[in-house]
Amino acid sequence: MAEHQDHADDHGQAFYVKIWAILLVLLILSILGPIVAPHMAFGFLEAWMITMMTAFGIAVVKAYLVAANFMHLNVEKKYISYLLATMLMLMLLFFAGTAPDVMEHKGQNWENVAAEAEIERALEAQGAADAHGEHAEGHEDAAH
Amino acid sequence: MSTTRPIATTRSATGIPTGKLAVWWVIGSEIVIFGGLLASYIMHRLGHPEWAEYASHTNTWFGGANTFVLLTSSLFAVLAHHAAEHGDGKKAAKWLLGTCAGGLVFLCIKAVEWTGEIQHGYTITANGFWHFYYTAAGLHALHVIAGCIIMLIIARDAWKGKELQRVELIGIYWHFVDIIWIFLFPLLYIAK
Amino acid sequence: MAEAGTVETHGADAHDAHHEQSFWSKYIFSTDHKMIAMQYMFTGIVMALIGGYMSYAFRMQLAFPGETVPGYGMVSQGEYNALVTNHGTIMIFWVAMPMLIAAFGNYLIPLMIGADDMVFPRINRLSYQIFLISAVVLIASLFVPGGGFGGAWTAYPPLSSSAEYSLTPLGSTLWLVAVALEFVAFLLGGINFITTLMNARAPGMKMHDIPMVLWMIVIASILFMASVGPLIAGAVMLFMDQVVGTGYFDPGRGGDPILWQHLFWFFGHPEVYVVLLPAMGIVADIICTFSRKKLFNYKLILYTAFATGIISFFVWAHHQFVAGIDPRMANVFTITTLIISIPIAEMIFLYIATLYGGSIRLATPMLWALSFIAEFLIGGITGIFLGASGSDIYFHDTYFVLAHFHYTFFPIAIIGFFAGITYWFPKMFGKMMNETLGKIHFWGTIIGFNAIFIPLFILGTAGQHRRIYNYQNFPDLAGLQDLRVFATAALLVMLVFQAVFLFNFVYSMFKGKPAGKNPWKANTLEWTAESPPPHGNWPELPNCYRGPYEYSVPGREEDYWPQDVPPDTAPAE
Repeated sequence: MAEHQDHADDHGQAFYVKIWAILLVLLILSILGPIVAPHMAFGFLEAWMITMMTAFGIAVVKAYLVAANFMHLNVEKKYISYLLATMLMLMLLFFAGTAPDVMEHKGQNWENVAAEAEIERALEAQGAADAHGEHAEGHEDAAH
Repeated sequence: MSTTRPIATTRSATGIPTGKLAVWWVIGSEIVIFGGLLASYIMHRLGHPEWAEYASHTNTWFGGANTFVLLTSSLFAVLAHHAAEHGDGKKAAKWLLGTCAGGLVFLCIKAVEWTGEIQHGYTITANGFWHFYYTAAGLHALHVIAGCIIMLIIARDAWKGKELQRVELIGIYWHFVDIIWIFLFPLLYIAK
Repeated sequence: MAEAGTVETHGADAHDAHHEQSFWSKYIFSTDHKMIAMQYMFTGIVMALIGGYMSYAFRMQLAFPGETVPGYGMVSQGEYNALVTNHGTIMIFWVAMPMLIAAFGNYLIPLMIGADDMVFPRINRLSYQIFLISAVVLIASLFVPGGGFGGAWTAYPPLSSSAEYSLTPLGSTLWLVAVALEFVAFLLGGINFITTLMNARAPGMKMHDIPMVLWMIVIASILFMASVGPLIAGAVMLFMDQVVGTGYFDPGRGGDPILWQHLFWFFGHPEVYVVLLPAMGIVADIICTFSRKKLFNYKLILYTAFATGIISFFVWAHHQFVAGIDPRMANVFTITTLIISIPIAEMIFLYIATLYGGSIRLATPMLWALSFIAEFLIGGITGIFLGASGSDIYFHDTYFVLAHFHYTFFPIAIIGFFAGITYWFPKMFGKMMNETLGKIHFWGTIIGFNAIFIPLFILGTAGQHRRIYNYQNFPDLAGLQDLRVFATAALLVMLVFQAVFLFNFVYSMFKGKPAGKNPWKANTLEWTAESPPPHGNWPELPNCYRGPYEYSVPGREEDYWPQDVPPDTAPAE
């Protein structure tokens, strides 16, 4: 019953293996990203920015390749892509509405004192541990 | 249980087969579940600079290996679909078993990874970063397990040449699980 | 697409007539959408009685503080909290949603689109089974050591996350598990509804030939699916906090309690539209049938419903105005909240336009439908006071909020249900309900309802806060005790009138006048099937030739024109 299928399937197995190979290359690049980033930093482009771009930019590309080619979204009816895009937009909306309260710890006439105290305490503990030349355990077993 | 398939199931006013339409809606609902969890994680990660140090203890090689395993299992899943499209149920079943095996390898690597981390004291209650680390990866792992189980059932039917259209459907679900991991990998392992 | 299942040209009825179904496969393990709908409906009715009983107990405590409640006993402080919490939780998740969406959706969708069942009957059965388990888990949570969860249906941490504060470790966790299971059941059900409506329509039924009630149920399912995700994530986090000891919502450990609030209300607000839209859909169909007029501007109502659904995602933090969110966000959410009143108001106007000039027949379903419009209007208008952050600073957490949401939820869950059941009872059971009893029940319920909640508006404006066990401890409010007693008395009267409905329901099922296929002379496809429809619904599935609201078409002899009647050769106009 393959006759009426979209001609994407006439790609044959080699096509999918090719996509897989590209995905692996991208994976390797994203692993190398944090390692080479400090060497590539220049001007305002700091190392962590490059890492973010390689890590998440590559993730987006990988996701697109899987979605378009493995899930066949490139030949599926548009309506499905709109559905998925809408769900993603809702997640951005959720982030936009919640982050000002949860990501930020102070705003117009308010301050999350408990969170700021916790951050300060943890950073100090990490600083103190570093000063002793060891890795900080990060073991925050704060009892109530 | 004399439930013959209703005529309703065979209709397709949208042009998309009912099974596929349903799977895409499932994917839609899963996007918002993982999206909510990961959006919450990102907010905390960006708002808590001390988490950078906690996150440095994840093992990028384990994470990378698992990414490789899932990408390969996705390849197997789409090859299974390809075989099913051409009516070859037995080949499709074999590729599905390969996909499932990939899922099991993924879980094994994760088990080893987590055992090591727990022994080092990085337990789920250690701090906020580890809360999210185990919960997000754990929820993902539950989806891997569920996918494997369904995949085995579909593979069994496909081997007998039955319900071949379902090979594509479980493939779509599996690719989605793979895509979640594609984002979990940088979130938990690279962004340090 | 290799279809391995057999495709039949006739309904499954002919095939299954040879199979004498056992009690178990016909009633308990049925995959027939009508039976599953009945299962949801009866479960919903039982849960409504339980939720109503809870309101009886806590209202008696409020009216006569410290006295033993007849039929319950002493209401302790912890029990009061558990009663209030579970009343809310039950009414929303185990009454409104199953009755309006699962029961009517399951029953009507295949019948109204001319299909023989839902597209995934076994998943349909599974969704009910999960739902039933969730109901059992919730009831169980009330009887475990420590008692039922008392942290309000909104379950804010740290009260809900820490047994140290909630004092109900088992109850809290079981409550959470019950809610999570209910979500899974409705996700599964929703996928069935959406897919069935989109794909399994009768030949000739285009998108705008679909009865409005089905559109509303499916849009509601989509809204539910799109909004519940973050709360499921939050429920997992809360579960971890309760059971494993994580600190997701503990700022001292890197968490944030406001995160829960956002996760909850991001779902919580679209959820109210999830229950509103099906009720409005039921009302739409009823007013057309009983005014013999087509729905005024079907497409506009449909697009408005979509717009409402979309805007509903942008208003959630109006529940958190005084919770400590950033005031700049409060500004944004005030504006969006005031905007969302516009499409709903527009739909009410369109319904009134539908009624205008119609040949109105005040049968019981029509009475319920009209009262929905009037009562919901009050609920909606009072919401505006709460949507404006300035006035909300005063009104938040007072009985004004409580009266507002009862003036919205009661029309949705209770009036909507009664409208639907009185309208479709003849189809479901093949008998007519008694009109006189129906009207007695209607007036007793409506008058009782208003008598309960108008005093609560007054109490709220006077500053009475919610979730308090005994207002005698507040000198400023103690003097208003008469209003509390009045409201409680009205509740008792209203509850007594429900016996009239229950009697009518059961009696008519056995001794009611035979209904025939189409007692209301309506157009939609379900009225062309037998009453009640057999397994498979029709021996031969119908086609669709026109829209669902072709009433009083000029030039035609009959004032209705069923969707399945082929066009006649004579011109219609």
